[in-house]
This record gives sequence, C-alpha cells and structure tokens, in this order.
Amino acid sequence: MDLKLPPIDYAALAPILVLFGASCLGILVEAILPRARRHLAQLVLGLLAVVGALVAVVLNAHDRLVTAGSAVAIDGPTLFLQGAILVLGGMGLLLIGERSVQRGGEFVAHAAVTVGSPEDQRQAADEGGATEVYPLTLFAISGMLLFVAANDLLTMFIALEVFSLPLYLLCALARRRRLLSQEAALKYFLLGSYASAFFLFGMALVYGFTVGAGGTTSGGGVDFGTIRTAVTDSDASEVLLFAGLALLSIGLLFKIAAAPFHVWTPDVYQGAPTPITGFMAACTKVAAFGGLLRVLHVAFSGASWDFTPVLGGIAVLTMLVGAILAVTQTDIKRLLAYSSVANAGYLLVGALAISKDGLSSTMFYLVAYGFTVLAAFGVVTLVRDADGEATHLSRWAGLGRRSPLLAGLFTFLLLAFAGIPLTSGFTSKFAVFGAALDAGQSWLVIAGVLTSMILAFPYLRVVVMMWLSEPGESTPTVSLPGGLTTTALAIGVLATLVLGVAPAPLLDLANGAAEFVR
Amino acid sequence: MSDFPFLSVLTVAPLVGALVVVFLPASRGELAKRIALGWSLLVLVLSVFMWIAFEAGGDRLQLRESYSWIPRWGVNFTFAADGIALVMLMLIALLVPLVILASWHDAEKSKRSVPVYFALLLFLECTMIGVFAAADVFLFYVFFEVMLVPMYFLIGSYGGHQRQYAAVKFFLYSLVGGLFMLAAVIGLWVVGGKTFDWQALTQIDISTGTERWLFLGFFLAFAIKAPFFPFHTWLPDAGGAAPAGSAALLVGVMDKVGTFGILRYCLPLFPEASKWFAPYAIALALIGIIYAALLAVGQNDLKRLVSYTSIAHFGFIGVGIFAFTTQAGTGAVLYMVNHGLATGLLFLVVGMFVARRGSALITDFGGAGKLVPVLAGVLFFAGLASLALPGTAPFISEFLVLIGTYTVNKPVAIIATAGIILAAAYVLWMVQRTTQGTLNPALSGVEGMRRDMSVREKVVVAPLIALLLLLGFYPKPVTDVINPAVQATMEQDLGKQDPAPTVGTVQEAHR
Repeated sequence: MDLKLPPIDYAALAPILVLFGASCLGILVEAILPRARRHLAQLVLGLLAVVGALVAVVLNAHDRLVTAGSAVAIDGPTLFLQGAILVLGGMGLLLIGERSVQRGGEFVAHAAVTVGSPEDQRQAADEGGATEVYPLTLFAISGMLLFVAANDLLTMFIALEVFSLPLYLLCALARRRRLLSQEAALKYFLLGSYASAFFLFGMALVYGFTVGAGGTTSGGGVDFGTIRTAVTDSDASEVLLFAGLALLSIGLLFKIAAAPFHVWTPDVYQGAPTPITGFMAACTKVAAFGGLLRVLHVAFSGASWDFTPVLGGIAVLTMLVGAILAVTQTDIKRLLAYSSVANAGYLLVGALAISKDGLSSTMFYLVAYGFTVLAAFGVVTLVRDADGEATHLSRWAGLGRRSPLLAGLFTFLLLAFAGIPLTSGFTSKFAVFGAALDAGQSWLVIAGVLTSMILAFPYLRVVVMMWLSEPGESTPTVSLPGGLTTTALAIGVLATLVLGVAPAPLLDLANGAAEFVR
Repeated sequence: MSDFPFLSVLTVAPLVGALVVVFLPASRGELAKRIALGWSLLVLVLSVFMWIAFEAGGDRLQLRESYSWIPRWGVNFTFAADGIALVMLMLIALLVPLVILASWHDAEKSKRSVPVYFALLLFLECTMIGVFAAADVFLFYVFFEVMLVPMYFLIGSYGGHQRQYAAVKFFLYSLVGGLFMLAAVIGLWVVGGKTFDWQALTQIDISTGTERWLFLGFFLAFAIKAPFFPFHTWLPDAGGAAPAGSAALLVGVMDKVGTFGILRYCLPLFPEASKWFAPYAIALALIGIIYAALLAVGQNDLKRLVSYTSIAHFGFIGVGIFAFTTQAGTGAVLYMVNHGLATGLLFLVVGMFVARRGSALITDFGGAGKLVPVLAGVLFFAGLASLALPGTAPFISEFLVLIGTYTVNKPVAIIATAGIILAAAYVLWMVQRTTQGTLNPALSGVEGMRRDMSVREKVVVAPLIALLLLLGFYPKPVTDVINPAVQATMEQDLGKQDPAPTVGTVQEAHR
C-alpha cells in the first residue's frame, strides 16, 4: 500500500506547536518541581509560551497557505484570530495567576476539599491552589488556535475537543461555592458532549453528501475545499447537505452560546471560577466564531441563500433571549452571561453578512468584546467579602462611594457593553450593523437595534446601583488588586477606550486579514 | 482670523477644563469652582471672537475644519457652523458660566464630590458644543449619545427628589431615540456611498421608501430629544429632579439639539420625506402646545411646571420649522435662542427659590414677594418673558412663527395662538400663587427666605435679563445670522418659496 505523508509547513504551524509544547512541559513541571515553586514556574512558562506564539503569529503575518494535507489553513482570518486568542488568553492567564486578592488563589487544591475545612485553611496559609490550571489553560488555548485554523471537519472536531475538555475541568475548580462550580462543570460537560455528538453526526452526513455529489470519480471528503465544490457544483439531493449543515451548526452554536443552545451559559458562567469565566467569555467566543466563520464563508458559502434566513432567525432569537433575560438577573455573573448571549447574537449578525466586510467586522467585534468582557470579569473578582466574591447585585449598592476608581472603570465597561460612542462597544456594533445592512440584512439590524435598547436597561441598573444608591451595611469591600489583575484590567480598559476612539488601525488590520484561502 | 480653528478648539477646551477639575481632590471644592468658572468664561470670550469671524452674509457653512478619523468608514472630524449652529453655540457659551455661577453651592448640598460636579458641567459643555459644531453625521451621533452621560450623572448624583428614577428614565428615553437614529445613520451611510460628510449626503438620491424610513429614524430621535408630544414624559421628571443649573442647561440647550437636528439633518437630507411627514409633525406640535400648556396650569411643582411650559414652547418651534416658510423658520430658530434665555432664567430663578425654601411645591410658597421682593420681581420678569410679552425677546420669535405659519396654513396658526392665552394663564397663576397674596406663615419661619438676592445671584440673572430686553427691541444681529441659513434650508433643500405678500391696493382700501 502506498501511503505518502503530506508535507507539513512547521513554521506556519509554529504558534500551535509552541503552545502544545508548553502545555506538555507544564505537565512535566507538575511532576518534577516541588509544590511551592510550581505556581511561579507555571505562570512564567504560560506567559512565555503565549508571547512566543504571538511572536510566531506576527512573523507568519503574510502566510496564506494550506498545509498538512488540507487539514490546516494559515490565512488572514486564522492569523488574526490566533493573535486575538493569544492576547486575550494571556490576559486570562494573568487573572488566573492572581493570588494576592484571595490568599491561596481562586482555585481549589484538590477536588474534595470543602470550604473552611482544615485543608482549605492550609491552602490559604501556605499551599496554594491547584497549579494544574496552567497546563489545562494552555491546552485550551492551543486547541482554540488549531480550531480557527482547521480546514477540514475532522481537524475541527479534534480541536473542538482539545479546547473543550480542559474547560470542563477548569470550571469545576472553584475554591468557593464548590457545589455550584461542580454542577456547572457537569452541566457544561454533558451538554458539550451532546453538542460534539451533533457535530460529529453532521460531519458524517456532509461526508455522505460529498460522496453523492462527487459521483464515482473523486469520492467524498470532509475538507472545506471538497465540500465547497460539492455545494456549488452538485445537483445531488440537498437533504443530506442541509441536515448535515444543521447538525454541524448546532455543535458550533452551542459553543458560541446562541439561543436556543445557550442554556448552559448562565449556570456555567456563574459557577466557574471568575477568571475562567472571563477566559471562556473572551477566548471561546473568538475560537467558536472563528470556526463558524470558516464553515459558513468557505465550506458552505454556496448555500448562503438557504442558511441565512434560518441562522438569521437564530440570531434574532439569541439577541432577544439574551437581552430580555439579562433584565431579570440579580447576579452580576449571570447578567454578564446573558449579555454574552446577546452579544453572540450581534456577532451572528456580522457573521451572516457573507462578505469581506462581514468577516472583518465580526473579527473586529470579537477582539473588542473580548477585551471588555475580560476586564469586566476582572472587576468582578475584586468585589468581595469574607465569603469570597459578592456577586449579588444588591451587594454592589453604593460601590461608587466606597471605591470610585473601580466603580468608574466598571461603569465605563458597562457603557461599552451598552454601545455608547467613544467605547469599543459602539464602533464594533457599528461595524457589524454596517456590514449587515450593506449585505441587505436590514431586518437583522433592526432586531439588533431594538434588543440593544432592552439590553441597555440591565447595564444601567448596575450603574444606578453603584453610583446612585447609598452604600449599605453589606456593601462589600473592594480588594486591592495585585499586579497581575491590575495589568489585565488596565489592558482591557485601555483597549476598550482606544478601539472606541481610534479604531482605524485594528479595522485596517482586520480588513487586510479578511480573506480566506480557499 | 477666520483661519483660526474655532470650532475644534471650542469643543476641546471645556474637555481639557473638565479633566483639570476632575482630578482635583474633593477637598479643593472652592478651587474647582473658580477654575470651572474661569474656564467657561474663556470659552465665552473665544466664542465672541468666533461670532465676529463669522460672516453673516457669507457661505452657508463656515469655519469648516476637517481631520481624518476612521478612513475606512469615511469618518472625519469635520466641524462647520451655519447661522443656526452659531447662535446655539453662543447660547451655550453664555449659559454655562452663568449656570456654574448659579450652582455655586448646589454640589455641597448633595454630600458628593464638588469638583466632579463642575467637571461634569464642563464635560457637558464640550459635548453640547460638539453636537452643534459637527458637520459629519457620525461625529454628530457620537456627541449626541455621549451628551447623555454627563447629564445622567448630574441628574442622578446631584439631583433632588426621585433623582434615580428621573435619571434612568432620561437616559433610556434618549438612548432609545439614539439607537433608532443609529440604525438610520448606518442606513444613510450605506445608501449614501459610505460617506458621512453632511454636504456630500445632501446631494445623494434616495428612493422614496428608504428616505421615509431614514427620516423616521432621525425624526424619532429628535422628537424624543426635543421633546414633542407624545415622547415628552421624561422631561418633567428629569427637569423636576435635576439641580436647577443642570435643568437650565437640559431644557435651555440640550433639548434644542432635537429641533436643531430636524433643521440640520431631517430637512436637508430627506426633503421629500420631510414634506410628506410635515402634516403629522405639525399635528404633534400643536397637540404639544395645547396639552403641555394645560398640564402646566395644573402643576404644583415649580420645576415640573417650567418643564411643561418648555414642551409647549417646543411645540411652537416645531410648527415654525414644519411650516416651511423662511419667516416661520427664522422665528423657530430665534425661538430656540430666546427660549434658552427665558427658560434658562426661569429655571435659575426657580432654583433660587427652591434653594431658599427647600421645596419646589407652589403650595409651600405664597406671598414670597413680601420677603424677597427683588427675587420675586425677577421671577415675574422671567415669567413675562416666558409668556412672550411684547418687549421681551420671545415675543418676536413667537410672532414670527405665527405670521410665517399664517401665510401658508391659517388653521394651524389660529390653534397655536390659543397656546399664548394658556401661557398667560400658567405663568401668571404660578407667579400669583408663589409671590403674591397673603404671606404663607410657614414661609416667614424659613431662614433662607429672609435673604433676598445676593450679589452672585444678581450677576447670574443680569446678563439674561439684559439680553432678553435687548433682543426684544433689536433682534437684528441675531436674525441677520439666522436668516440666510434658514432661507437656504427652505429654498435650496426643500425647494419651498415663501408666498408673495399680497398688498391691498389703494383703491381696494378706499372701497
């Protein structure tokens, strides 16, 4: 039998390889170094890996190629989104690494330790939380990097699992509110597995469609080039195609938290340790949309007339559900979760504009939103009392009096979420709405505008809580952020401001990158 | 001289002042006030020079500056002013120092940071100047929305009774309008070929259906802002809860953005749709005149009463704009200025009463004129100016609106005239219940009511009274600036010619 290995361009894959290598190294560090020194070593290793991979992305900036057979495509969107994931992931690592806000860190040392038990006290005193979180995070990031580069469905599926499994684990590691955290992880794991199964089944159906379309000459395939040709040229029955695309979409829409596949979001966002929530809200969204964009714009663009109305309906539903349910929330993490659902809807509006503008505006939105949401969750980690984070909204009353600077920053972030000009929230909304209107999707824009109005209310409620209410007995103290959290917060807030005031450089970058290799 | 970048400097200057003031420690309240006042006076001086540099009979848009901002979207920092914008800019520059002076002790009462209060006022001035100076639709929208933020905190943090509710209601109403406008702005950008330049956008052709939708998007935002009936319900709450100085700016200037927006954006950009919607807009304006005046008569809260009178006055401005004659249009713009002066004065004086009495309820006053005769006199004057007594500036504008409307639409003018009678009712009755009659015994026990106007307060009201009288007798300097801009809007943009005046011949007169 004649098996030839496909040529592999290792340089182009360098960012992914660097991070995979670093994650494996992280496991070795766990095994070799004494416990006391792991935290610092892991953090430094993680940050170095992220920076190294970022350098590799920058060096590859002009690559436009398909490598490893046709499994991986390194092109503009890949590099742009990889860069975004690395920057946001680095910020996430900073939040995860913070240990001065809470003695012993956010993470439990062993899964069975309960709050306040002697083991827990010991963790606070000297031991520190689990350091496995670092290799897990790095694995998740590397999976995301591969996910946005995947050029066939199989690679995509593997990447999906590589970044999902560590996230399931990370969700369960909260040191406070253990039960919520474990429940969140289990929910996320079960529903995520279903979604993966749907994805896999969809892949099988699409493969069947390409076989049918190719006839006897070429056979089938699951790489995007083959699917693309089959979708455009074939006159075979489209039942397999549509069923396959629908199932694939369910898998992806689950990850981006689009309604009606969003139900895990509030629970998981609330239960997971807050730095992990921020990391998921920013990076998972970038990765999942990266995959979705490639699937829609490359593989199935020939069927865009057929899927746009359906996915458009889902986008409207997502925006509505996110906005309306956000109004009723009383927990800041759940509120941000529903806001993230609604934002998935706005992103879908951009993604459904099958054009260069649609692609570039969605990528811009992803970056802008990622910075803001990470900074927002960074603030949430700081508002706490003796029992850990005080996430109930009523506890935030009068926070503006107690710590005006932090409340001011959070207000700015909320204004960005609400889409007030001079924040990145406005420019990014403008970008996706403009692209959608240009592509003739005015109904999506109108739905987006209407839901923005609803969504402004919950944000405003938090602002009112912080500034206009008098501080009560139970207003928590704000912990002094450590250097790591401060850095992450500063980056997030500055990016939100800069992308709102001077978005031109990033817009140009996104626009220059907005071309898939096909 | 006219090469000096007046508009951008005017926009940025208050922002710089706000940044200086906001970083002062909370204990340095006095210093913050002085800096804020000095800074706003500097802006006033600069805008006087701008007024001089502006050529009344020259180009429609003058003092134009343009700097690139987001080239990919065709967004520029383009500033330019026509006569309408110019008079509004002057009004802002004049009112802000007076408001700062009038609010000298407002911030202390709220137990919140004094420097922040004055920084917010300066930041508000920056956004208000920006919104009138912008000649790029995107830039206009940015200022239009950002303007909400300082006002939100002024009402919410420093306001009186029910301030939270009022602040949120104000913000949400304005944001809803703003988001409709955002959709329309994006739509305009797409059909206009990816440009935001106002002059370029006036030249494009839009299909009738699209034009009407876009008009509605803009109009809704402006109608909420102005506010026109039935989008007015936020104003009495916001005006009632805001500190008096902020309320004067809110009603005196910020709401004019609505009517200014209609004149600058709706009419020139969507002329056909404007004509099509004009009857509906006039109907809303007429309802506003009568309905708000009736509600004003029934108010027992001084600040809410003044807010309702403003809604009625915005009805007059709306009628003047949508009558589509130069006379009525000039009257409407002049009304915007005069209303800013008269209502600004009224709000400030009412604020002085409220500060003394600690209550805004009319029933808590009564015979106050016996205790504070000078202040009561000023209230009476402000009331008379507000009801457009001949000799005060608002009379000219109201008269222009009515005769300009009468030439094209008699019934509308006649119905609107009924508003004048109601205005007399609510103003005089308010003045009577507050300052005339027997002295309310509870009033003489209030410490503050024994002090008549201080020098500071006299300095605040004197320029406004002087201007109201001056413009009442000699409005020409202002109308000379406004008239060409309005004429250009009506004739070039809308293609409306004023009906020729019909002069009765001598023979007819003898017959």
